[in-house]
Amino acid sequence: MHAAGPATRPEAVAPPLLQARRLCFDAGGRRLIDRIDAEIRAHRRTVIMGANGTGKSVLLRLLHGLIRPTAGEVLWQGRPLDRAGRREQSMVFQRPVLLRRSVLANLRFALAVRGVDGPERATREAKAIERARLGDLAKRPARVLSGGEQQRLAVARALACEPRVLFLDEATASLDPASTHAIEELVREAQDSGVTIVLITHDIGQARRLGEDLIFLHAGRVVESGPVADVLGAPRAEATRAWLEGRLHLGPPGHGTS
Amino acid sequence: MESFWGILADAMSLILAWDADLIEIIGLSLRVTVTAVAIACAIGLPVGAAVGSFAFPGRTAAAVILNSLMGLPPVVVGLIVYLMLSAAGPLGPLGLLYTPTAMIIAQTVLVTPIVAALTRQVVEDLHREYAEQFSSLQVGPLDRVLALLWDARYSLLTVALAGFGRAVAEVGAVIIVGGNINHVTRMMTTTIALETSKGNLQLALALGVVLLAMALVVNAGVMALRASAVRAAYV
Repeated sequence: MHAAGPATRPEAVAPPLLQARRLCFDAGGRRLIDRIDAEIRAHRRTVIMGANGTGKSVLLRLLHGLIRPTAGEVLWQGRPLDRAGRREQSMVFQRPVLLRRSVLANLRFALAVRGVDGPERATREAKAIERARLGDLAKRPARVLSGGEQQRLAVARALACEPRVLFLDEATASLDPASTHAIEELVREAQDSGVTIVLITHDIGQARRLGEDLIFLHAGRVVESGPVADVLGAPRAEATRAWLEGRLHLGPPGHGTS
Repeated sequence: MESFWGILADAMSLILAWDADLIEIIGLSLRVTVTAVAIACAIGLPVGAAVGSFAFPGRTAAAVILNSLMGLPPVVVGLIVYLMLSAAGPLGPLGLLYTPTAMIIAQTVLVTPIVAALTRQVVEDLHREYAEQFSSLQVGPLDRVLALLWDARYSLLTVALAGFGRAVAEVGAVIIVGGNINHVTRMMTTTIALETSKGNLQLALALGVVLLAMALVVNAGVMALRASAVRAAYV
């Protein structure tokens, strides 16, 4: 993601798939997202970081069309994001939302509502089961799986819909290192097959491992963006520096930005 | 007057003897109640699911109305259905008054709001959990309602059970629209009321024992189903 703002760095050249234009979102009398301009570039892995409550999840939901912006707009391939555009996106939540059905039935439901049926559906189900390494558990109730298995299923289900963009909202936040590694492998495989990745994480190591571009939010605004190594290696914004050093930064978004 | 234990012994003898009158009354009660609950579920489940999962103007008012209708007084329902089905009523030409069908209609009116209101609550809670995922997958309205009803199936069994409990124990409405006619519209509850007033306590108590046993069996069955569902994390 490339964001216009006070600490923007040179970005890799790739066509923008998603764009946020002067995006604002208000809730409960508060401005949670404040005039964000940003671009998601195709086939890239973009990491969104920032302290709790800075609007990361809200931004992801706006980009995916789960909520409508108070002002501004989200563009999909240059046009306002609509149902057709949203159908080319998938999202994985921090806590996997699985139906009270078997592993296989969860995959089947997602594919059915996307209009995939017949041999194509069977092929995608088998591929997703294999991808998530849940072959022995395909007929088990999804909600009795371990946390890691459930999240693998959620990612595999999202990828079975063959999205062009995969959003991950802190998908590994409550997982152990092995389960986190498995999810990261799935994400890399997805990108290798051409899927654009946008993920939120608080894990600096994960951001370095997975991310190519990084956007840093503070108080609902983008305070810094650019290649992950640059932003994390030499942060320019005070909010980014404070966060990396484990300090609480309560200043305004632009405060201390170099 | 006989002692309680003496009456109970006679009542048990009636049950064990498979008394023909007793069987006829139990059979009619079950037919009327099961049919009414089935119709109430056919109406109440989708209505409750729709109110519980769709955002529309007046949704809160709809929920309040459904909840209020749960407490409909049976005798009032009986009176209204009676007026509708009586010769001078709009449905009078159908000639349904004092028939099992009239009792099914009355019980359906009583049970449907219970099923709809409890379904709304169950589905609303589940939808809160699924809403973002459904929105992400772009699940259509019909698929959403069907998925919620299916995933809430074990909780909804309890809802149907609540409706069954209300219907099978009901006396006020069915006695008004059914008339408690021997071999035609005599139900367990109406017979208990009648036979008690006549002093035929053996038959009344026998029916009471059967009613309690039915409630016990149905409850135990539903609880066993729910327990297996909980083990499979389907609840």
